Amino acid sequence: MASHPQKDGAPPPFGRRPPRPPCVLLLRHPLQFSLFNRPLPDNFHFLKPWESPLPLDDFLSSDNACSAEAILTSGKVPVTADMLRRLPEVRLVVTTSAGLNHIDLAECRRRGIAIANAGGAYSEDVADLAVGLLIDVLRKVSASDRYVRRGLWSSEGEFALGSKLGGKRVGIVGLGSIGLKVAKRLEAFGCAISYQSRKKKPHASYAFYSNVYELAANCDALVICCCLNEQTHHMINREVLLALGKDGVIVNIGRGSIIDEKEMVQLLVQGELGGAGLDVFENEPKVPEELLALDNVVLSPHTAAFTPESFSDLCDLVIGNLEAFFSNKPLLSPVLDE
Amino acid sequence: MKMRRHDLPQLLVINPPGLFDYGDPFAAKFTVLRAWESPLPLPRFLSAHAQSAPALLCSAATRVTAGLLDLLPSLRIIVTTSAGLNHIDVPECRRRGIAVANAGEVFSDDVADAAVGLALDVLRRVSAADRFVRRGLWAKDGDFALGSKQLVGKRVGIVGLGSIGLQVAKRLEAFGCPVSYNSRTKKPSVSYTFYANVYELAANSDILIICCALTEQTRHMIGKSVLLALGKDGIIINVGRGAIIDEKELVQSLVWGEIRGSGLDVFENEPNVPEELLSLDNVVLSPHVAAFTEESFQDLTELMIANLEAFFSNKPLITPVMDKQ
Repeated sequence: MASHPQKDGAPPPFGRRPPRPPCVLLLRHPLQFSLFNRPLPDNFHFLKPWESPLPLDDFLSSDNACSAEAILTSGKVPVTADMLRRLPEVRLVVTTSAGLNHIDLAECRRRGIAIANAGGAYSEDVADLAVGLLIDVLRKVSASDRYVRRGLWSSEGEFALGSKLGGKRVGIVGLGSIGLKVAKRLEAFGCAISYQSRKKKPHASYAFYSNVYELAANCDALVICCCLNEQTHHMINREVLLALGKDGVIVNIGRGSIIDEKEMVQLLVQGELGGAGLDVFENEPKVPEELLALDNVVLSPHTAAFTPESFSDLCDLVIGNLEAFFSNKPLLSPVLDE
Repeated sequence: MKMRRHDLPQLLVINPPGLFDYGDPFAAKFTVLRAWESPLPLPRFLSAHAQSAPALLCSAATRVTAGLLDLLPSLRIIVTTSAGLNHIDVPECRRRGIAVANAGEVFSDDVADAAVGLALDVLRRVSAADRFVRRGLWAKDGDFALGSKQLVGKRVGIVGLGSIGLQVAKRLEAFGCPVSYNSRTKKPSVSYTFYANVYELAANSDILIICCALTEQTRHMIGKSVLLALGKDGIIINVGRGAIIDEKELVQSLVWGEIRGSGLDVFENEPNVPEELLSLDNVVLSPHVAAFTEESFQDLTELMIANLEAFFSNKPLITPVMDKQ
């Protein structure tokens, strides 16, 4: 970072000093970079609190952290109002997740802090997994794989009948980027699509339900594609699940807490709910033990977005957002107020 | 008009029912001769009870050979519950003027759904991840990240663009996959890229999906050279018949990492599955259930009965394999 000295030892003329790389507080080394050995961009100065012996609070109050102009976080490390207050220079929060429930949006709005997330980088992969989980539950793919591996095909004979996808009424909760892609895929299987969203989408031709109970009552399967916030917390409760019914299937690739997990587990165990395909849980990586013994659930360790291709795209996006912001260009994937 | 019991046409069933039950809907319209229930060896049973039976209802497990046909002098129609015909000597039936009806397209959607489900499972490691979680191995983020592949943009090669193959293509297009195919003849009405041989198709595909029938030409069509052409990032899905793939070569390719993975609903010697596959994480194994849904079995029952009723009313069969002579 030393400025380039002139030959006679005098300081360089104003304007020829290389600009200081912007200071970015890195709350956690992003998985998307580390898993595939992608280096962090070297035109930024990343502050790494975990390399300091100080606890995070003290680190944030130290001179080091004060100069941070941006925060780069993942979906698991919260950006709280308290943290933001300790970092007066921060003008940008970049999260590697699509979700925003870990960021104090009100505080960011108040401070005029811009936010960039994963945008649509994961949408296709998450939609693909949602469909994969639905097919697995309805057609018992993982259960039949277990059956074969245990030698039961030879000893017990034919496996079991599954449930056809074509003609199933599928309700999509949250018709955003991911929800729309799920809809498009399931239409090709002959599913009848409807949805619930905060507002009706004028360009969507699918049947709209203003509340999720009505959606569940009129569907054979629900796919949860919305974000987690105060309104959606435990939105899928006992009543909604009972409305979905004992042949009903629920798939969740949003956030665990959108569903009242305890109620869902109980209903599955009691046979009041037909099946579940779950990529997210209320208290990851803990999965309710009762689910481990059920054949009509498919369990996924929050990997809906985890493909090498989407991780690579995400790395490009993170770098692109940082570079754009600090060159005074528009963010590539800004989170806008709705 | 309700027919008296002894006026109901005789319908012979040789193999015991499995999940598809030759139950009430058939008993209401036919006198069902249940060969499997008899202590007599089959030829004795047929000689004693089935000499005037005009109809046979069979699954893919019943081998309909010239020898069997010799034992059924009154046989005029065979309805099989499968779409495949490799268990029936069709030319011999034709020679004897025996009509054959199969399951037509009753299973096509379900088999296509299963093929896509297997492809998603192999690429995104759905069943492997489920095993991982059930074993209590999920302790922190990213534990299971490596090994998956994105589906979007993967080149799909369909072997056999019939009823099932077309449905597979339609589904995978919705995922953003470009589709090509190999078939006996080019299909002028489709816009997918045609490859004249399966080797070329494999060389230009990331996901090879076997949707064709088993015939003399297609037996072991997928061998070592095709698998090597598919390559170490390629996956193969089989919802056709096990013997279309040289199973020994497939197992070797998987064990040696010459291809990325496989989703298999059919095997050369069902229900036996090569032991090496049982411990691989990059395969998904399915016990020949691609067609097995409550709905399709309901449709199948209706179709089988409709074919038989059509035959006995001298009307055209609904899903004939060839015309009645």
